[in-house]
Amino acid sequence: MAGATTQLGPHASFPNEASAGARLAVRDVSKTYDTDGASVEALKGCSIEVEAGAFVAIVGPSGCGKSTLLNMIAGFDTVSGGEIYMDGRLVAAPGLPPRAGPDRVVVFQNGALFPWKTVLENVSYGPVRQRTLTRKQAENKAVELLRACKLDAVAGAYPAQLSSGMQRRVEIARALMNEPRVLLLDEPFRAMDSVSKTTMHRHLLDMYRISRKTILFITHDLEEAIYLADSVIVMTTRPAMIKLVISVKLQRPRHPRILFSREYLELKREAAESVHEEARKAFERGEREQA
Amino acid sequence: MRSRRFWMMWVGYLGAAALWYASVKWLPIASFQRLPDPVTVITEWLSPNPTYGISIFTYPYYLHILNSTYRATAAFLLATLLGVPLGICMGWSEIFHRYASPLLGLLRPVPPLAWVPLAILIFSGIESAVIFVTFLVAFYATTLNTVVGVRAIEPDYFRASACLGASRRDILVDVIIPGALPNIFTGLQIAMGAAWFSLAAGEMIAAQYGLGFLIMESYNLIQFPTIVIAMATLGIVGFLSSMLIRTLGRRLMRWREQTLGFAG
Amino acid sequence: MRKTTAPSSKLSSRQPPRLAALTFPAFRLHTWRVNWRGAVSVGGFLLLWELLVRFGGGGFEGIPTLAQVLSTFWNKYLTSDRYWQSWLVSFERVGYGFSLAQLLGIPLGLLLGTRRVFHEVVYPLVELLRPIPPLAWVPLSILFWPTAELSIIFITFIGPFFIIVINVHDAVRSLRKEHLWLARSLGATRGYAFRRIILPALIPSIAVGMTLGIAVSWNVVIAAEMIASDVGLGRLTWEGYVSHTATTVIVGMISIGLAGYLSALVVSYAERRLMPWHKVT
Repeated sequence: MAGATTQLGPHASFPNEASAGARLAVRDVSKTYDTDGASVEALKGCSIEVEAGAFVAIVGPSGCGKSTLLNMIAGFDTVSGGEIYMDGRLVAAPGLPPRAGPDRVVVFQNGALFPWKTVLENVSYGPVRQRTLTRKQAENKAVELLRACKLDAVAGAYPAQLSSGMQRRVEIARALMNEPRVLLLDEPFRAMDSVSKTTMHRHLLDMYRISRKTILFITHDLEEAIYLADSVIVMTTRPAMIKLVISVKLQRPRHPRILFSREYLELKREAAESVHEEARKAFERGEREQA
Repeated sequence: MRSRRFWMMWVGYLGAAALWYASVKWLPIASFQRLPDPVTVITEWLSPNPTYGISIFTYPYYLHILNSTYRATAAFLLATLLGVPLGICMGWSEIFHRYASPLLGLLRPVPPLAWVPLAILIFSGIESAVIFVTFLVAFYATTLNTVVGVRAIEPDYFRASACLGASRRDILVDVIIPGALPNIFTGLQIAMGAAWFSLAAGEMIAAQYGLGFLIMESYNLIQFPTIVIAMATLGIVGFLSSMLIRTLGRRLMRWREQTLGFAG
Repeated sequence: MRKTTAPSSKLSSRQPPRLAALTFPAFRLHTWRVNWRGAVSVGGFLLLWELLVRFGGGGFEGIPTLAQVLSTFWNKYLTSDRYWQSWLVSFERVGYGFSLAQLLGIPLGLLLGTRRVFHEVVYPLVELLRPIPPLAWVPLSILFWPTAELSIIFITFIGPFFIIVINVHDAVRSLRKEHLWLARSLGATRGYAFRRIILPALIPSIAVGMTLGIAVSWNVVIAAEMIASDVGLGRLTWEGYVSHTATTVIVGMISIGLAGYLSALVVSYAERRLMPWHKVT
């Protein structure tokens, strides 16, 4: 298969005890939206236990509520019911104001690099704003990180000048600079072509191998989920609930050749039926709502 | 060899000028004959000793321009200094918007020029009244466009900055201002144009110097070519000031100009 | 923490943001929830008015309070023929000027956008004349047109005229060529392509142009009347000024504002009928 062109080199910020992954516990979390009188239940009774340093993928039909769950874990949105714990500490509950922070950094679907800042300014943004490092220190650390990702050549460029693959890598680097306990990725590779996606998978897996953070990865692509994660959670369509949890016991480090292995195909078969059933339900509901 | 568009443009200008000249000089319609013709206007404009006292060589011409420019700039700056922060507050905080928007909406339908008489009565001074009316127009343009600019910022940028540990002040400086800047500058350009429109009107109604005033005075003193000179000058100054803002905007937002250079 | 809601649905997504901002409706007549905060700020404004008149001194001395304005209106203006005639006259002028601007401006914009030679010759002229404030045309207009009425209508015409020409021209220019090519490859004639593809694509821009144009028309007619007429709402306001009767001035202003607002409603209604798919709130 393809050579190790984007293999991440060893880097000081990667293997770091302080930023090893956190344990995440989502207990019976639900979310209802009240818009203009009608109340819509987006998420119902979801419970997930994520071990420290685990790579968990969440799969489901589009618009089912996966992003809602991520928003609550990340601290962007309030929780209507249930609680969320990180390393035993309560981070979200009904009535608690949502607080996002650098311990749970998100990589967004359409990319949220600040277009008006250069790559270097973007990557060094977190520590500078949190005042954990001076600007000079942050920039030095950022340059080292970019070098390890083979992105140091574009440090002075603006995001619009980069390809989407490079932008996504910069965004991941920006997230890592904050040494988050949990890394949340919201369909980050959705808009990319399959070649770039392969590169990104390798990059993500390399990074995970070295730094072992807790990763929550949302995708609609079942194959991608099984390939990358330790466990795959299949969600139903609205109101989103957990339908199925699959434990992926494939060997790490993952290599593209396992895509053809018997175990992989077996896992895929097990999950595919569930996923397609939900997708069909979502489609039919959409049709009924339009009719 | 200049492009075809260049030549066609001049065909248009000269054709229009010729049409103007012909209709004033040769058309037997009284309406047309009352108008000044382009040759007279141009000669007057460029003459070192103009018949009616206004040309590019006369001092009062620049006095009028300066007066108008001063008023327009003052009103514009005031509108920007008040309108942009207000727009940011309204765009950022829904609650603030609910307080402010109906009040603005209440006063908006009143055409700015309708304020002139009242403004003169209240401010008891022509200068401040004219600047006030001009300010009103520019103010609405800057405020509303700033609101649009803030609201048009992708929510993900706010979320990302929250993740990265930004305080509210950081969000203002790092997300809101740069994110809204394109729309803010559009608003500033519109405000500048609107300011000139309004200023000209205000001066025509009630001032003693300035290009608008010059138009009315030349009309009253039967100095018709000067009317056209003043009109043309107004157009030019308005155009130049908008261009100035546009250039400033482009320099501040250089990141927008960068197109896809690297191919990953 | 800012509520992470999507960009406000109040602004229709199709309109270019800057123009949309200027068409933002003042009150949402078709929602029943009362915005009490808005009521607070409006109430605060009225209170400020009252206080300034009573204690402001200086320029505020001759200014009437809201109560005085309303009572004067009720007693003097409501039943005055001349007052309602002013409404009619101003409305007529705006109506003629504005409609003429659309009737002449839309075809001109189309020509400019579709015929290249025409564009190269005429567009620079449009660009040249556009920055000249409509009111600056008043003296020439008076000189040229035989009657005062015509000269005022010309002024209310000029403002919206340039706006609609530019809007239509820009809209035609930004049409996706692919749509036209698709239609052609499916067998459409030029006439059909024009009627069914180009024209409907123009409607949003025409709507925006009309909304802006009507505001400009009103702005301009008032001033034109102040300068050059003896009837009309603008003239009424001016007479109040000349006679130092601030009450008349304020009545005039409120009437003008109302008239402008009503016209904007009419345009907005037409816009909604023409574009049922458009989410205008």
